[in-house]
Amino acid sequence: MAKGILGKKVGMTQIFNSEGKLVPVTVIDCNGNVVLQKKSVENDGYESVQVGYGEKSEKASNKPMMGHFEKSGSTPKRYLKELRTNEMSEFEVGQEVPVSIFADGDYVDVQGVSKGKGFQGSIKRHNQSRGPMSHGSHYHRRPGSMGPVAPNRVAKGKKLPGHMGSRTITIQNLQIVKVDADRGLLLIKGNVPGANKTFVTIKNAIKK
Amino acid sequence: MSQQLINEITNEYMKTDVPEFRPGDTVKVSVKIKEANRERIQIFEGLVIKRQNGGISETFTVRKISYGVGVERTFPIHTPSIDSIQVMRRGKVRRAKLHYIRKLSAKAARIKERR
Repeated sequence: MAKGILGKKVGMTQIFNSEGKLVPVTVIDCNGNVVLQKKSVENDGYESVQVGYGEKSEKASNKPMMGHFEKSGSTPKRYLKELRTNEMSEFEVGQEVPVSIFADGDYVDVQGVSKGKGFQGSIKRHNQSRGPMSHGSHYHRRPGSMGPVAPNRVAKGKKLPGHMGSRTITIQNLQIVKVDADRGLLLIKGNVPGANKTFVTIKNAIKK
Repeated sequence: MSQQLINEITNEYMKTDVPEFRPGDTVKVSVKIKEANRERIQIFEGLVIKRQNGGISETFTVRKISYGVGVERTFPIHTPSIDSIQVMRRGKVRRAKLHYIRKLSAKAARIKERR
């Protein structure tokens, strides 16, 4: 299956590709990824690697978690994620995962929590269109009909206003423009879910 | 901190040998053009009518009259497909964006030289 790494969205910029064209890129910081635990079929019934990223103080972590970090000899990590893979079995517990597991031109899926938009109407939330703003129209930005009279209820899944954003979003098939091994950075073409400083998971693209 | 890091990344792609020029100047831009598998250089000479944005995405627009038709091309300043930029003449203008020049006849569009 896939290999993966955790990181933090630093921000977006542009760089020139080999053809001299400007390419929009998102900079992702992946310094200090540590393998915290390895799960095996014998022990846990499935294979996976738990990776941690992002420093936090010892004060911010509780005793059970401190014990977990001590097992791998790592400093306390803020963002932990299990990667269901056997391709990363060569990494031992406590070992650092470098960005160089990816190469320039690889395709990846990036997962993160999108920006929260709060309570939004159906136009912004579901891309519905609005009614006329003038000429006697009183129907401006409403969600439309609630459905037929017969069932005496609103159909499940009817698109209505509500909370938007702050969801876990995966963007598939993003290309890695450059792997900066010296600085521990990945430059990924296009945008990535979430605001700057959001934690993201980068995995091999499953559809490529 | 993060902006500093982004600047470090883009600095690697930025040219350091770009000559100083402003809107109103006349420049000769040597553009690399790829044809099949050989490269040649095409020259685009004209008046700089604006410079936009900053950092790595900074662009400039050159206007020239080609066979009676006004032609404008916008180049990213730091693009590797520009071989060189030569400043032919420095012009004295009082605007940063010379869009008004599009409406003027060739005679009225003359720009005084800056010394």
